[in-house]
Amino acid sequence: MRNLNPLINIPIFMNSWSKLMGRKRVRDNIVGYSFIFPALFGFLTFILLPVVASFVIGFLKWDLLTAPEWAGIDNYINLFKDEVFLISFKNTVLWVVYYVPASIALSLILALAMNLPLRGIAFFRALIYIPVISPLLAVALLFVWLYNGDFGLINLMLSKIGIAPVEWLTDEQLALPSIALMAIWKNAGWNMLIFLAALQGIPQHLYESAELDGATNWRRFWNITFPLLSPATFFIVVISIIGAFQVFGEIYIMTSGGPGYSTHTLSYYLWSSAFQYNKMGYAGAISMIMFLLILIVTLIQNRIFGRRVQYDL
Amino acid sequence: MLFQKRFGKSLAYIALSVMSATCIVPFIWMLSTSLKSQKELFKFPPVWIPETFQWHNYSDAWHAGGLNFSLMFYNTMIIAIPVTVFTILCSSLAAYAFARVEFIGRDFIFTMLLASIMVPPVVSLIPQFIMFREFGWLDSFKPLIVPGLFGNAFAIFLLRQFFHTIPKELEDAAMMDGCTRFRIWLQMFLPLSKPAIATLSIFTFQFIYNDFIGPLIYINSMDKFTVQLGLASFRGTYLTRYDLLMAASVFTIMPVIILFLFAQRYFVQGITTSGLKG
Repeated sequence: MRNLNPLINIPIFMNSWSKLMGRKRVRDNIVGYSFIFPALFGFLTFILLPVVASFVIGFLKWDLLTAPEWAGIDNYINLFKDEVFLISFKNTVLWVVYYVPASIALSLILALAMNLPLRGIAFFRALIYIPVISPLLAVALLFVWLYNGDFGLINLMLSKIGIAPVEWLTDEQLALPSIALMAIWKNAGWNMLIFLAALQGIPQHLYESAELDGATNWRRFWNITFPLLSPATFFIVVISIIGAFQVFGEIYIMTSGGPGYSTHTLSYYLWSSAFQYNKMGYAGAISMIMFLLILIVTLIQNRIFGRRVQYDL
Repeated sequence: MLFQKRFGKSLAYIALSVMSATCIVPFIWMLSTSLKSQKELFKFPPVWIPETFQWHNYSDAWHAGGLNFSLMFYNTMIIAIPVTVFTILCSSLAAYAFARVEFIGRDFIFTMLLASIMVPPVVSLIPQFIMFREFGWLDSFKPLIVPGLFGNAFAIFLLRQFFHTIPKELEDAAMMDGCTRFRIWLQMFLPLSKPAIATLSIFTFQFIYNDFIGPLIYINSMDKFTVQLGLASFRGTYLTRYDLLMAASVFTIMPVIILFLFAQRYFVQGITTSGLKG
């Protein structure tokens, strides 16, 4: 007979209640909780508590020197009147548009190439990982040098084929896409690694039977590889977008938000509000807006694409 | 047919070479810049191989502007080693419980932990800063070490997936002989998951080593600088000395490259078997 208590019908509780009895169960509970205790403690103290606190801080006026004052929704109202915030918002969305599609397409192409059954492929793979494992700081500094308007390698090369020097990082229109180009170059190998692992998980016999049926390479890619890569693709899209919304390091190193406000992003504005201007409440409000933005985008993706993902054959 | 195959193969090799060259050429330029004299820096057409290698750029960069990279490497290790070790220990202990022990609310807690991967770190940044300030931990290594000692959701998820692949019979037999859960974790699960643990250790170490935002926010005194923070401050003082800047970049990249070359074979293996393939 179906139990009518709604709680018991939730699988988590159903499992637990019925297994609560017995000495082994008691011991398992003690062992289980003591094993997860450090992780749970870390999660509560350094993630959950700060997230809740951030929500509260967003309603305060607090410069860390004097006592915090309650400000209600003033921070949020001011934010939407603040031109720098609106520019940062726009730039963050632009960054996601520049970075995410190009980055994922490139890593997929790389993964397909690096999955070829060729001699010496491991060597090529190793070279592709080098930008990924290198510290962002060193790579970004290298690109500041490469992008240098007067003596940077890229402009020197361009001048050889008769193209006038480009102001990569000092032109307001170009600075953000130039930084995005660097980030795409640097991170391509990371997503490639995940695509590659997924490619290697596709059973070979599928391709063999498709070949017997006379399917072209292109058909094989669209009908076998692409659908079977969908869980990996979905994972990469979600993670890339979450990461892209928070871009900070690249900006901080390469342009410090300039020229003008042309490379200010939400994270950069949050950082400068908090640590340059000591406006903790304001920064807290920015972080809540970012949180909400990322949450909404992730949920939408889950809704639209989550169900179409092909997990099994 | 044979011709077609050979042609396809050479084409593939050309494509692979172009791809990997794009990845590697900027680093060669970095290396080349680091060995140039100041005059050669701004020469046209660009010089790839300096006339005489200015090896002293490296020792100059090591001590430039009152920085001391020996101390900064030491500081970085003081942070990165305990964080890496404890991340592996605490995460694998929790992962074992989530994979094998049945306790009340297990699935709920696991789902919650997993959802926390989606929480952007910037959201917790401000409250954490205020909290560590209250503790009097600013300008010390504590804010960089302590939050990393309890394991993290990503590592737990990866290791739990890996633990699922270990046959249950092995464990049952050990339990029959009166082996405790703790010993099963320590003497059976840890040794059996070497590839996953190696991959995770490298990721964690690299993450901590490469991080400059944490040190940027929490560290002020020069004698507590990490390698990355040193490099960042270096840029401020030597804006146009690209020779020294690139030399410093080379030796900050070296440790991760060496680590990677040693552990390379674990990389794809570790990720494939730990279920990230989806």
